[in-house]
Amino acid sequence: MIKVIKYVWLDILQNRIVLAYTVFLLVISATLFGMETNPGKGLMSLLNIVLMVVPLISLIFTTIHFYNSYEFIELLLAQPINRSKLLLSEFSGVASSLVTAFLVGVGGPVLYYAPGATGAALLAAGVALTLVFVALAFLASVCTRDKAKGIGLALLIWFYFGLLYDGLVLTILFTFSDYPLEKAMLVLTTLNPVDLARIFIMLQMDVSALMGFTGALYQEFFGSAAGSLYALGVMLIWIVVPIWAAVRVFCKKDL
Amino acid sequence: MKVCWLLLLPLLSSAKTIVVGPAESIRTVRQALFVAADYDTILVRRGLYRERNLLVEKPLVIRGENFPIIDGQMKGELFTVRASNVTIQGFDLRNVGMTSTIDWAAVKVLEARQVRVIGNRIRNAYFGVYFSASDHCLVSRNDIKGNPHEEQTTGNGIHAWKCDSIRVENNRISGHRDGIYFEFVTHSTVQRNRSFGNIRYGLHFMFSHENSYFYNTFQHNGAGVAVMYTRKVIMRHNIFENNWGSAAYGMLLKDISDSKIEDNIFRRNTIGIHMEGTSRIMTQRNLFIDNGWGMRIQASCNDNTFTRNTFQSNTFDVATNGQTVLNTFDRNYWDKYEGYDLNRDGTGDVPFHPVSLYSMIIEKIPYGVVLLHSFMVTLLDRAEKVMPSLTPEALVDAKPLMKPR
Amino acid sequence: MITVTNLQKSYGRLKVLDNLSVQLNAGQAVSLIGPNGSGKTTFIKSILGMVMPDGGEISFLGEPIHNGWQYRQQIGYMPQIGRYPDTMKIRQVFDMIKDLRQSTQGKNSLLQLDEELIEAFELSKLYDKTMRSLSGGTRQKVSACLAFLFNPKVLIMDEPTAGLDPLAAELLKAKILREKAKGKLILITSHVMSDLDELTTAVMYLQDGQLQFFTDVDRLKADTGEEKLGRAIARVMSRGKLSAYERLSESFAVTNTHSIVQSSNQK
Repeated sequence: MIKVIKYVWLDILQNRIVLAYTVFLLVISATLFGMETNPGKGLMSLLNIVLMVVPLISLIFTTIHFYNSYEFIELLLAQPINRSKLLLSEFSGVASSLVTAFLVGVGGPVLYYAPGATGAALLAAGVALTLVFVALAFLASVCTRDKAKGIGLALLIWFYFGLLYDGLVLTILFTFSDYPLEKAMLVLTTLNPVDLARIFIMLQMDVSALMGFTGALYQEFFGSAAGSLYALGVMLIWIVVPIWAAVRVFCKKDL
Repeated sequence: MKVCWLLLLPLLSSAKTIVVGPAESIRTVRQALFVAADYDTILVRRGLYRERNLLVEKPLVIRGENFPIIDGQMKGELFTVRASNVTIQGFDLRNVGMTSTIDWAAVKVLEARQVRVIGNRIRNAYFGVYFSASDHCLVSRNDIKGNPHEEQTTGNGIHAWKCDSIRVENNRISGHRDGIYFEFVTHSTVQRNRSFGNIRYGLHFMFSHENSYFYNTFQHNGAGVAVMYTRKVIMRHNIFENNWGSAAYGMLLKDISDSKIEDNIFRRNTIGIHMEGTSRIMTQRNLFIDNGWGMRIQASCNDNTFTRNTFQSNTFDVATNGQTVLNTFDRNYWDKYEGYDLNRDGTGDVPFHPVSLYSMIIEKIPYGVVLLHSFMVTLLDRAEKVMPSLTPEALVDAKPLMKPR
Repeated sequence: MITVTNLQKSYGRLKVLDNLSVQLNAGQAVSLIGPNGSGKTTFIKSILGMVMPDGGEISFLGEPIHNGWQYRQQIGYMPQIGRYPDTMKIRQVFDMIKDLRQSTQGKNSLLQLDEELIEAFELSKLYDKTMRSLSGGTRQKVSACLAFLFNPKVLIMDEPTAGLDPLAAELLKAKILREKAKGKLILITSHVMSDLDELTTAVMYLQDGQLQFFTDVDRLKADTGEEKLGRAIARVMSRGKLSAYERLSESFAVTNTHSIVQSSNQK
C-alpha cells in the first residue's frame, strides 16, 4: 500500500496543482496577517478561508485527480493489487498531500504570526475538513461515470455543506422559534462538519461571549471531555463513512 | 503689617502636631485621637499598628509618614469619621473585616463635610472608602485593591450614598464588587481614575443626577459599567475597555436622560453601549472599536442623537430589537460603509443602514448566533444591503463620513 | 486453468454476457472471435476482475476469483488501448509495475523477469520518453512488454497487433509462439484472422454475449472445408444464426465441453 501511495505522491507532485494551492494559501494567510495589526483578527479572516476554500479545493482537486488517474488505476488493476487498498492508497496520497499543503500554507503563517490555542484549533479544523472533503470527493467520484458529472457533484456537496445546510438550520430556527431549541441546535450544527469546525474555532476565539446563553451552552459542552470526544467522533465519522462507502462502490465498479 | 498678622495666624490658633510611633511616647493612633484637640495634626510614623474602630470626631489632619500600616486583622472597621474637615493621608490600611450587618470600610465618613482621603494604600478591605450623607469631600490618589471573593462577600472600592459635591480623582481601584458606586449622589465629579478587574461593575451609579465623569479608564470589569435612573450626566474622554463576557458591557445605560456621552473610547467590549429607556442623550465623537456589538439600542430609547462617532471592526455596529426608531444618526464613520462620495464633501452620497439583517435575526432568535461567521450569514447580509426588507428602514445614517475622524 | 460458469453481465438493459460457460486450459492458444460488441472485451475484463459480473463464477486454478487479486500475478494482460499516466516515462512505468509486483510477492521470492521483448523492440532507447509523447504503436509495444515481463502463466491479449508496424507485429507473434510452446494459456482477440491463424490452436466464438462454439482450429477448417481460419470464420458468420453450421457438426454444440476437452487433448 505504501508503494502505491508513493506513486500517487509522485503523480501529484508532477502536476504542481498542490504546489500552487500551497503558495495560494501562503500568500492569502500572510496577506491577511499582514493587513491586520491584531493577529486575532487575522485568524478571524483566515477562518472564512478555512471554512470555504479548503473544502472547495479539497473536493475539486480530489475529483479531478481521480479522473486524471483513471489510466493509472486501470493499469494497476490489471496487476495483482487489491482494489480497496488501491483506493485507500489514492485517498491517503491525496489527503496527505492536501493536508501538507494546508499545514505549510496556513500553518506556517499561523505559527509565525499567531501561535497559540486558537491557531492550533484553526489548523486542526482545517486538517479535519480537508480529510472530510477528500473522502466525500472520492465517494462522489466513484459514484459518477465522467469527470464533468463528478465535478458537478463535488460542487453540489460544497454548496450543500457550505451554504444550503445553514439555510435549512435558519429556516428551522424561524419555524420553531417558540420552542426551546438550544439542544437541538447544538446537535444540528454539529452534524455538518463545516459548522462544527466553525463553532470549534469560534469557541477558541472567545467569540462565545457574543453568543450569550447559547455560547455558554456550547462552551460548556465542548469544554467537557465528552463534548470534545463527540466533536472528534463526528469528524471521524465524516471521514470514515464516506471513504468506506467509496471503497465499497469502487470494489463493485466496472472499469 | 497686615500681611504679618496673617502669616502668624496659624501660630495663634495654637494648633499642634502629635507624633505617633513605635519609638514615641504615644504609640497608638487611638491614644493620639484621644489627646488631640480640634485642628491638630496627628503624624503617624512608619510602623505596624494593629488598631481598628478609630473614631474621628473632631476636625483633624491625620497623616502617615512612609505608609504606616494600620491592620484591622479582619475584625472591624479602621477609621470612622463623624466630623467635618478631616484629612486622612498616607496610610497603608489593610485587613478590614466583614459582617453581614454593617458595611465595614477602611475609611468611613458619616454625615460630614470637607473630608479628604488622600494618597492611601488600601488592601484587602471589605469596603474601601465609604461616604454616607456627606458633601464636599475629596477622594484622591488612593490605591485600593480588594481581595475578590464572591459578589456578596466583597464590598465596593469607593462607595457614596446620599452625597453631594464629592470629588473622586486619580484613584486606582481593583478587586472589589463595584469599583466606584454612587447612589443618590449629585453634583459630583469623577475623573482620571482607573477602575479595573472588579467583580461586577467598574462604575455603577443610580439616582445620581448632574454628575460628570472625565478621563477615567474602566477595564476588565466583570460586567463593565452600569448607570441607571439618572438625569444630566456628562461622560467625556473615558475609556471603556476589555469588558468581555456573556453579560459584560462597555457601558449599560438604563433610564438615563438629558446626558452627554462624548469623546469616549469603547474598545473590545462584548457590547460597547447598551441603551434601554434612554432619551435625549447626545452621543458624539466616540470611538467604537473591536466590540462584539458597537451599540445596542433597545426600541424603548427615543430622541437620542448619534453623530460623528467612529465605528471600526465591530462584529455588529448597531443592533436594535424593534422596527420603530426614534433616534437620529448623522455623520458617523462606519468602516462597513461601501458607498462613494462623488461631490467630495466628505460624506457618502448613499445612506448607510448600520443594522445588519443577521443582528435582527439574533435579536429575535438568540440561539441564531450559532451561525455567526458562516458564509450563509455573510450572503444574507449582502442581500439585505441590496434589498432591505427586515432591517428598520428609519435607522439610517444619511450622511456617513468617508473617513474616520 | 480458467473455468467460467454461467457468466452474466448487462449494462442497463443491454445483455453483454449471457450465461457464458467455458473452460480454458494450460497449453491452449485460444482465439476469441466475434462481431463488434459481442462481449469479447467484457469477457476478458471479467477474467481480470476489472468488470464485476452480475452472475456466474470464474475460477482460476480451481479457486473462485471473487474479489481476489493474488491470481493476477499469473496473468499478463495487454489491453486493446493501453492507457498510462501521461507524465510518466516508460522507465518509470516499468519500474513502478516491477516495484508493485515485487512488494505483493514478498521479499523472499525475486521476480522472474522476461525482458526479451523489451530488447527485441529496443524500448530501452525510448526509456526516458514520457507516455504522453509516444505514438499509438509504441504504447502498444509498452503494453506488450508489460504483459510478458513477469513470465505469467496466462497471457490475455486484446488486439495485440493493432497499430504495430509489421516488424514489431512479427516480433510479437514470434514471442507469443515461444510462450505457447512453453505450455502457457494464451487468449487472444483480434480482427486480423491471419494472425490468429498463425498463433492459435482453438477458437472461441462469441455472439450477442453467448458462446456459439469453442473448437479446435483444425477441426473448424476441416468442417467448413476452408484452408484459412479467416475464411472458415467468415463462412460461419455468413450463415446468420449459425443454424446450418450447427447442423453441420453436432459435436460443436455450445455446451458440449466434452468435445472441447477432447479437442484439446488431441494435441
